[in-house]
Amino acid sequence: MTSDTPARRRLRVFSRRRGAPSRARRRLGAAVRMLAALALAGGVYTAFAPGAFADEPRQLSATALEGKQLYDNSCISCHGRDGQGVDDRGPSLIGVGSASVEFQVGTGRMPMVRQEAQAEQKKPLFDKNQTKQLGQYIQELGGGPQVPEGELVENLDENAEALARGGELFRVNCTSCHGFGGGGGALSSGKFAPSLSASTPEEIYAAMLSGPQNMPVFGDNQLTPEEKREIITYITLQLQEDRDPGGLFNLGRYGPSTEGVAIFLVGITILVFTSLWIAGKS
Amino acid sequence: MKRRKADLQQAPVTFAKGVDERFQASTPLRALLNKVFPDHWSFLLGEIALFSFIILLLTGVFLTLFFDPSMTETAYQGAYPALRGTEMSQAYASSLHLSFEVRGGLFMRQMHHWAALLFMAAIVVHMLRIFFTGAYRKPREANWVIGMALFLLGFLAGFTGYSLPDDGLSGTGLRIASAIMLSIPVVGTWVSASIFGGEFPGHLIIGRFYIAHVLLIPGGLLALITVHLGLVFKQKHTQWPGPMRTNTNVVGERMFPRYALKQGGFFMAVFGTVALLAGLFQINPIWLFGPYRASEVSSASQPDWYVMFLDGLVRLMPNWQIYIGDYSIPPLFWPAVVGLGFFTTAPMAWPWLEARKTGDKRVHNLLERPRDNPERVGIGSMAVTFFLIGTISGGNDVIADKFHISLNAMTWGGRIGLIVLPALAYFIAVRVCLGLQQHDREVLAHGVETGIIRRLPNGQFVEIHQPLGPVDEHGHPVPIEYGGWVVPKKMNRVGALAPAVKGFFYPVEKPSEAPVSPGMPPVSGDTREEITSGRK
Repeated sequence: MTSDTPARRRLRVFSRRRGAPSRARRRLGAAVRMLAALALAGGVYTAFAPGAFADEPRQLSATALEGKQLYDNSCISCHGRDGQGVDDRGPSLIGVGSASVEFQVGTGRMPMVRQEAQAEQKKPLFDKNQTKQLGQYIQELGGGPQVPEGELVENLDENAEALARGGELFRVNCTSCHGFGGGGGALSSGKFAPSLSASTPEEIYAAMLSGPQNMPVFGDNQLTPEEKREIITYITLQLQEDRDPGGLFNLGRYGPSTEGVAIFLVGITILVFTSLWIAGKS
Repeated sequence: MKRRKADLQQAPVTFAKGVDERFQASTPLRALLNKVFPDHWSFLLGEIALFSFIILLLTGVFLTLFFDPSMTETAYQGAYPALRGTEMSQAYASSLHLSFEVRGGLFMRQMHHWAALLFMAAIVVHMLRIFFTGAYRKPREANWVIGMALFLLGFLAGFTGYSLPDDGLSGTGLRIASAIMLSIPVVGTWVSASIFGGEFPGHLIIGRFYIAHVLLIPGGLLALITVHLGLVFKQKHTQWPGPMRTNTNVVGERMFPRYALKQGGFFMAVFGTVALLAGLFQINPIWLFGPYRASEVSSASQPDWYVMFLDGLVRLMPNWQIYIGDYSIPPLFWPAVVGLGFFTTAPMAWPWLEARKTGDKRVHNLLERPRDNPERVGIGSMAVTFFLIGTISGGNDVIADKFHISLNAMTWGGRIGLIVLPALAYFIAVRVCLGLQQHDREVLAHGVETGIIRRLPNGQFVEIHQPLGPVDEHGHPVPIEYGGWVVPKKMNRVGALAPAVKGFFYPVEKPSEAPVSPGMPPVSGDTREEITSGRK
């Protein structure tokens, strides 16, 4: 280009200065604005956000301190110091809440005997009081869902529809694993949904809240506390009471599989012996 | 007014005479009442099925009086509190009404269901007896085929009945049935749509199944049972080989009075057993399943036991989907359509297949002991093993849960077992048969083991055998031909002890011909009494 002489360039620079700021100036301006924005955001954050680390040891209540003693003896090897979890051994307990602890420890599932598909229910290692202490400790460590105080079973004299509504909710949410009679069922690879025949209202509520083992969590957004109580009403007053008519034996309510066993073990056996007897009398 | 004195003793005679003079009934009746039936406990197994069918008809009629086969939606307001206010079909509501409010309704429903299970179980047990004793051989091939058809009809009757209450479990079963229909390549969609009257579940299926269940299928069953029994009558019942029994006679009891009385008693026993089951054991608690909703499925949803082998084969089938152009064959098609079709129809050809293989075209009225035909027992054991593995796999989730086995391990065990175990069962069954045969021949050749060990002067020990027949001049038993019937293998069986009192009840009658033995003095005759009217 022949017109690109230094004189012309200067001229162009001059004329540009008149129209728009130079590239250097624009960059400078952008940097200043960015710095100001950062300072503002950072300042607001420092002013309002809590400290990133707890600066001193938590003030645990007396109950929680007792729980910490138990925890440090029996749980720490898998769940780690202060419930932070250990890789490939036990999950972190921050935020699981006392509902989870009361279910897992209260039914004897924790402490686990060994790592396997699912912890089995067994005789609890800790008594009720100790379980409460452990739950309180975990609750104070990181919060989380808690089993509410008060009656968990609806009073059918005041709220008669609770039973039918609970049944409906049970069939929608629970039967696909626990079975229509609450007798439990198999899941894949040795996992299973346990029988509900001996579960207490507190355990059922805690299980729904915390989703133990392979059970999904039914938080208060999925099932409201009232719906949870209705389900518990159906399980405890209908399924556990065995108020079904139809004979002395309900064959475990496992459906046609036990009925098929019964027809051969009882029906065919009786009749084969009868035919042996009748044919023998000749 | 002159009062005629009735001669009560002569009354039956005059009545029978009057009937015969009008209808000439005595000649055919005499033949009928004198017809001889052979007697053996295993011949009574088919009667269990017959009597259960009668119970099914009786209880079924009762159920139809209260059942409403309609899919109209209604809000339940009946006696069962845990479903009150729930939306459900009229069919389910009337089943609940029948169970909770009709007097004796639940008992009748349970009797009907238990009798249905017993009907199918007795058919299978009876069929096993027929198969393993070779009773299906010429001339009775047709009755074998009819028996298989009866099983298939019973299967359909059971499935339609299982679906009628329209509860959660039966709806799940119907959903599977519709899936099986849909799995048929090309025509599946049309088959399902024509049976359900559109998309599953529609509003027609309960009404259609109702007509099939209370009219069409029972009609077919009744017709086939009539032909089945008519053929037994015409071709005469088979009998076991034994003294006086040949291929051309029938040794047994006359139809009247003994055989008829026994059958009447046996009917009462079957009726009592079904009533006992219905009174003691809960079956199909429909109120727990809730009304059918496509979104609700319970774990451990199984069909009744005679369909469970089909369910098991479906569970064991690997996930092999075949694509051909725009069409696909889902894996469900192979076990549920091809498998069911094959396993219910192919055995019908068995009598001809066996006759072709052995070249045996003779008429057989005598049964064969299972051990005398190891090949047949082996093949039967294969079939039974296959059926059992299928059935167990149909309930594999319940077994996995209750016996703490991984469900995946159960599935793989079933898959491998389905291939390996029938072959193993064949081998074991054949070896057992051959072993039993050999032992029979051994006893016939050498005699019964007495358990007496004698020591010879040279110090040798020998066991004394009791020959079953004559001995030659050296004291060795003359070999006896095998007669196709039980060979006595214990000294008690050849009269070393008085006949033991058989049975598990205190005997009403004492053994009449007890030999003189220190163990049991002979029965004296002076305890008998003359039968009188009882009036003093």
